[in-house]
Amino acid sequence: MTIETFTGAKALLQKTELLFEYGSVDKTGIDTAKPEGLADSLGGLKRKAKPKLPALTEPEAMRHYIRLSQRNYAIDLGMFPLGSCTMKHNPRLNEAMARLPGFSDIHPLQPQSTVQGALELINSLSDWLLKLTGMKAVAMSPKAGAHGELCGMLAIRAALDARGLQARKKVLVPKSAHGTNPATAAQAGFEVVEVAQTADGRVDVDDFKAKITEDTAACMITNPNTCGLFEHQIKEIADLIHAAGGYFYCDGANFNAIVGKVRVADLGVDAMHINLHKTFSTPHGGGGPGSGPVVLSAALAPFAPVPWVVNDGDGFKLIEHKEGEASQAFGRMVAFQGQMGMYVRALSYMMSHGADGLKQVSEDAVLNANYILASLKDVMTPAFDGYCMHEALFDDEFLEGTGVTTLDFAKAMIDEGFHPMTMYFPLVVHGAMLIEPTETESKHTLDDFIKSMRGLAEAAKSNDKSRFDHAPHLAPSKRLDETLAARKPILKMAD
Amino acid sequence: MRYLPLNDDDRKSMLETIGVSNIDELFKDIPESARLDGPVRDLPLVQSEMAVARALGKMAGKNIPAANVPFFCGAGAYKHHVPATVDHIIQRSEFLTSYTPYQPEIAQGTLQSLFEFQTQVARLLDCDVANASMYDGSTACAEAVVMAARVTKRKKVIFSGGIHPHYFAAAHILADNIGIEIVALDPAIDGEKAVTQHIDNETAAVVVSCPNVFGTITDLSEIAAAATEKGALSIGVFTEVMAFGLIEPLGAMGIDIVVGEGQSIGNALNFGGPYVGLFATREKFIRQMPGRLAGQTVDLDGNRGFVLTLSTREQHIRREKATSNICTNSGLCALAFTIHMTLLGEKGLEQTAILNHEAAIKTAKALGAIVGVEVLTKNFFNEIAVKLPVNATEVVQKMADAGVLGGVPFSRLNKDAQGFENVLLIAATEVTTDDDIAELVTALTNALKGAI
Repeated sequence: MTIETFTGAKALLQKTELLFEYGSVDKTGIDTAKPEGLADSLGGLKRKAKPKLPALTEPEAMRHYIRLSQRNYAIDLGMFPLGSCTMKHNPRLNEAMARLPGFSDIHPLQPQSTVQGALELINSLSDWLLKLTGMKAVAMSPKAGAHGELCGMLAIRAALDARGLQARKKVLVPKSAHGTNPATAAQAGFEVVEVAQTADGRVDVDDFKAKITEDTAACMITNPNTCGLFEHQIKEIADLIHAAGGYFYCDGANFNAIVGKVRVADLGVDAMHINLHKTFSTPHGGGGPGSGPVVLSAALAPFAPVPWVVNDGDGFKLIEHKEGEASQAFGRMVAFQGQMGMYVRALSYMMSHGADGLKQVSEDAVLNANYILASLKDVMTPAFDGYCMHEALFDDEFLEGTGVTTLDFAKAMIDEGFHPMTMYFPLVVHGAMLIEPTETESKHTLDDFIKSMRGLAEAAKSNDKSRFDHAPHLAPSKRLDETLAARKPILKMAD
Repeated sequence: MRYLPLNDDDRKSMLETIGVSNIDELFKDIPESARLDGPVRDLPLVQSEMAVARALGKMAGKNIPAANVPFFCGAGAYKHHVPATVDHIIQRSEFLTSYTPYQPEIAQGTLQSLFEFQTQVARLLDCDVANASMYDGSTACAEAVVMAARVTKRKKVIFSGGIHPHYFAAAHILADNIGIEIVALDPAIDGEKAVTQHIDNETAAVVVSCPNVFGTITDLSEIAAAATEKGALSIGVFTEVMAFGLIEPLGAMGIDIVVGEGQSIGNALNFGGPYVGLFATREKFIRQMPGRLAGQTVDLDGNRGFVLTLSTREQHIRREKATSNICTNSGLCALAFTIHMTLLGEKGLEQTAILNHEAAIKTAKALGAIVGVEVLTKNFFNEIAVKLPVNATEVVQKMADAGVLGGVPFSRLNKDAQGFENVLLIAATEVTTDDDIAELVTALTNALKGAI
């Protein structure tokens, strides 16, 4: 039987009113010292109207957010197989280290003599990233992956300009690329030229070659690519772009598949961002903060943006201005030094694993993905033949004629206790389902996942549509009307 | 290794299921010449939790935390007290280890808190709408400049002399590469009003700041009106969000796009990041905004719920035609902001803001009494610029050696500004005590000995 409770609560799932509906502007959840009542120095600019910001006291606030938290899925709760997102376990040692006052309670512009340990940490993380990639320099400051892409493309722009090649504007981007690649190229002032894909899910090298012209500035290629496959002709691609006088930007979103197995410098890459929030386990936090350092080849290194850290034997120094050794720097991307809190977490993670552990990370990540691929390929339809890297890609052919869509299938996974996989991406695969288990899932969990996926695939094929129609059925919310939200946007609580 | 659940038996049986004899067969697409035959060289191997904690603890121990000394650094990042509740909640697994809420049925916690965040930011800044956060204040400023050019279809942007030099730099590189012409006015303590005379019919936007990098607060109403009259947009920038507990918000001054740094509420100094960029504007520009937006809707049962919305602006749909390449926001920092703001409410916010202002008034008065020191900022919230008789960088180092973190030399941010070598930026907040101010005065007086 279904019971409508008087409060709207459902046992452990408590009701979640907006704080504006029960908070009060007459109270506060903090106690402060008493102001002295000094005459102000505001020059008549004192705030006129109250902002209408209600407060909750501490016990109320705690409950408000804990109730909200219980409506979120999380890695710590279950498997989060979002392809291209690398949702791995977030070690709590990292959190503890980032909160040491020596890292969390220091100001970005303190005299450098008072932050030598912080500069040492940045230097140490840079050293790890350079050794893992074999590259020449690293720009640490980009705040996220897409910001790192922008950094890399601006370094390429600066390198071309320095060679007098201002007219080169074209960037080759495969159709399967993540949306940030073309968006970044445009934001950096380039024009996007799409490159075709082969039937086996890789860059079509003939098409790539045909599209290189004297206007070609660079290519942006994800490797392993968004189909979860390694671009085995990557060295040919690098040679082609270099022979044409352009640069090779590699999107490092999928670095988790190869970290410790191959150094990207050995593949001919000129620039690659590294998502510390993917490969190096810093938490995603419901959509950020991220961190996207960019490693650069010798050709691009002089153009890296300030700031960076050097060790001149007399301690660590921050190079903050475009002068001296930084005279060719393309500029500055952000205020201050970037995502220090993420640097601490990432270094803590790298040191914990060590070089041997990181090699095992990529091997287990690839093993887990292939185990899923092998265990599901008879009931679902893999998008491409052969083995995959760290993510397994299926299309929706197996759902043909069932009336069940990729979206329905994904939403039914929620009822099974799993976060959906990445859907409808990459765009080159019809009804794509991209599954990235990561190395931190046990075989036990993978077997549960496989059991669920097989069950769902078989249910769809046997026309048992009840579990797909309007799924999810068991989640805290039913399917939400996204069209309504976009048609009549309500982006804040009315006053 | 403690983070890897598979053991060798698992691996063996999984390889059998896959049908390969060893793991390297799964990596055979990597060109053979590039494959590594063992762990990457010259890096340490696996370490225990204890060993890592010891090594990182040692590095942390070499830094001087703000809480340990009289502390007066500001210039874009501020030391405030953040209630313990905030850090407890943001470490909840359901918030910390969740993803961008693309699956709203299992992400209402994140989505509702973002909706509440947007509401708080819009009300605090007195704007129609706010987005779900940007990377930080500097990148929010850069995105605002690009958005203004898009909205007005014009290419010239004027920056006041009061803009934080790092914010200018971040906006400059983004604007420059897409052909936006930048007019940068020289640094000036009271530098906002001078932009008005430069606005013409080609101007896409003016970028002005309140409080500005020198702490000056200015009524921007006339500038906003002058921009509107010429068909340009006004962009109002701030680095200290706590100010709006006490001073007139930029939206109320008629500013079109209000952007700035939200670190002061909920977030630690963190040596510069992660922080939380705030971005707010008029209703009519929502489809031109960068960044994520949470919006209200209903579920199939008719219950209220929230989703990410207007994503047709974003890169994953629009690709090279997107309003921005942004994919990540600053989710957890935005959550910290909204929890802290919920605890404060307007009452606690105002109380805290008054304490900030009073600490700054007392600091300004104490410093102004030192022979040779001139307080340059007349109207301010919690930050002032002072002129010293000698180079500010050297003085700051001497004070640091004496155990006082006595502010930020302006030349640290812009070393080419003529006549600013002796200018020191000093911030005081609710954590500043009378004893701290006394120690600052002593340290500064000692540092100036022989110079006057």
